[in-house]
Amino acid sequence: MSNVKYILGHFEDPDDLMHGIEKLQENNVGIYDVYTPMPIHGIEEKLGYKRSRLPIAAFCFGLTGTITAFSMIYYMLVYDWPMNIGGKPAFAMPNFVPITFELTVLFAAYGMMFTFFYANHFFPGRAPRVMDLRATDDRFIIAVDAKANPYPDKIENLLKDAGAVEVKHNERKYVSYE
Amino acid sequence: MGTHSHHTHNFTQQYEFSGKAKTWSLIAIVIGILAVLYGFLMDPAENHAERTFANLLLMGYYFTSVCAAGAFFLALQFVTQAGWSAALLRIPQAFAKVLPIASIILIAICVAGLFTHNLYHHWNHEGITIPGHKNYDPIIANKASYLNVPFFIIRQVIFLGIYSIFALSLTRFSRNEDLEGGLKSYKKSFKISAIFLVIFGFTTPIWSFDTIMSLEAHWFSTMFGWYNFAAMWVSGLCVISITAILLKRAGYMNWLNDSHFHDLGKLVFAFSIFWTYVWFAQFLLTWYANIPEETVYFYKRWEDNYKPWFWLNIVINFVAPVLILMTRDAKRRTNTLLFVCILLLMGHWLDYYIMIMPGTVEEHPGFGIIEIGTAIGFAGLFTFLMLNQLSKHALIPKNHPFLEESLHHSI
Repeated sequence: MSNVKYILGHFEDPDDLMHGIEKLQENNVGIYDVYTPMPIHGIEEKLGYKRSRLPIAAFCFGLTGTITAFSMIYYMLVYDWPMNIGGKPAFAMPNFVPITFELTVLFAAYGMMFTFFYANHFFPGRAPRVMDLRATDDRFIIAVDAKANPYPDKIENLLKDAGAVEVKHNERKYVSYE
Repeated sequence: MGTHSHHTHNFTQQYEFSGKAKTWSLIAIVIGILAVLYGFLMDPAENHAERTFANLLLMGYYFTSVCAAGAFFLALQFVTQAGWSAALLRIPQAFAKVLPIASIILIAICVAGLFTHNLYHHWNHEGITIPGHKNYDPIIANKASYLNVPFFIIRQVIFLGIYSIFALSLTRFSRNEDLEGGLKSYKKSFKISAIFLVIFGFTTPIWSFDTIMSLEAHWFSTMFGWYNFAAMWVSGLCVISITAILLKRAGYMNWLNDSHFHDLGKLVFAFSIFWTYVWFAQFLLTWYANIPEETVYFYKRWEDNYKPWFWLNIVINFVAPVLILMTRDAKRRTNTLLFVCILLLMGHWLDYYIMIMPGTVEEHPGFGIIEIGTAIGFAGLFTFLMLNQLSKHALIPKNHPFLEESLHHSI
């Protein structure tokens, strides 16, 4: 039993990468993840990714913003300190609208941003999780879990056949911690 | 990306205008003519001529707005160098080619309304600017150097003439591109689009001040122009979406995928919210300041005759698209998108109805043969003229520099 945890296939362009994904899938090799320096259209469908749940989070954050704003204004203008502004009733709906709208947008935007950071482990002091630094530069990388897939030589050959310029056998998951 | 680079699209495909589409649009035109004749000659109500004119103005303005929105769509795509829309550009191009005819119809309605005193009687009334006359109105007299019949007609002709010239140029360049290829036509289109957008942006508010806001000439709102622009743009996008969906269902433009419809849906969704934003901006300031000369506009629309319509307007044009089109799937499913677009088209008819009727037929609005018939007639006229233009050229601008990007559009 070797200590290899992940096998990384390096490709030089997205077409070869897509070809590599197809090759592995045809041979029932499970793909752990794919890292690319730029977004590639259609790759999520190809890898069978479930759709992001970020919109649901956005909706919930937005709703929280709406409720926060509305109750805040209600407390201030109607309950705590009612004022006569232009002879209008204290509970005058139209002037609630702009702030309610703005807070909805604010909560949704920041909520989405923090959810994204949380899901991707982006926060101060945390080393970024990168399986191969060249994936942030000029290489398109397919990662295969070596523990879950036997026959590492076969995987290496498949990757090379598909046009991989380099195949790495990593004993650690994230190189960026070093 | 090269993952599915083998497309088998027929770049010479042309729309064949015949059969049901032709028959029904002609029938709709006949219904419209009959409704207008009924309104002028047979309707028993006292204000029948005025009401018919108000409806003609409504639909003439709506018709012109949708065609102008087609030209605006084209210009916007060129200026932003958008790639996604290249494969569906022939649809707004067909709208743009109808713009001159729509403009002539609108100008004819305005001129006839002015000379029969059935439209714009708030500022176009005998003796209204002559001191001492029984109809003298000092406010209108002060505005008379701008609001007078010859200058009004000149402005209409200049604005609509300019829009039409740009609309026709953009479609002509695209045709040249089909024949010659290369980037020459695209660069020219880019240049005139930038000029067109500047002119359009500065003149459409004035155009809507003239055509619609001057119906109640005592009142004014600087927000009105953007409010009308939003209505124009949303309704234009809806008609583009409907045309694209129906063409695809009829077996044409099979290169349009759900991402194209998703993008159109996003535009419809976003600009419905924009419409509400400007609608509310106009309302909020009026409500807050509470100055009688400003609130009169909403006061009239808060009377029993208009109040239900006033609320329905917000429900159809804001609540419905926001709730129905919010999810990604809703925009990609053409059934949902088609439903919302048709709903919004009716909604913006209602929007114009609420803008126009209190200044024309005032306390005696109606909803019956004249309203429905005129709307059907103009819808038929638009469909007939637009599909006729669409059938004249290939359905895809085959030499458009971003065509390949559009065919692989995926979001």
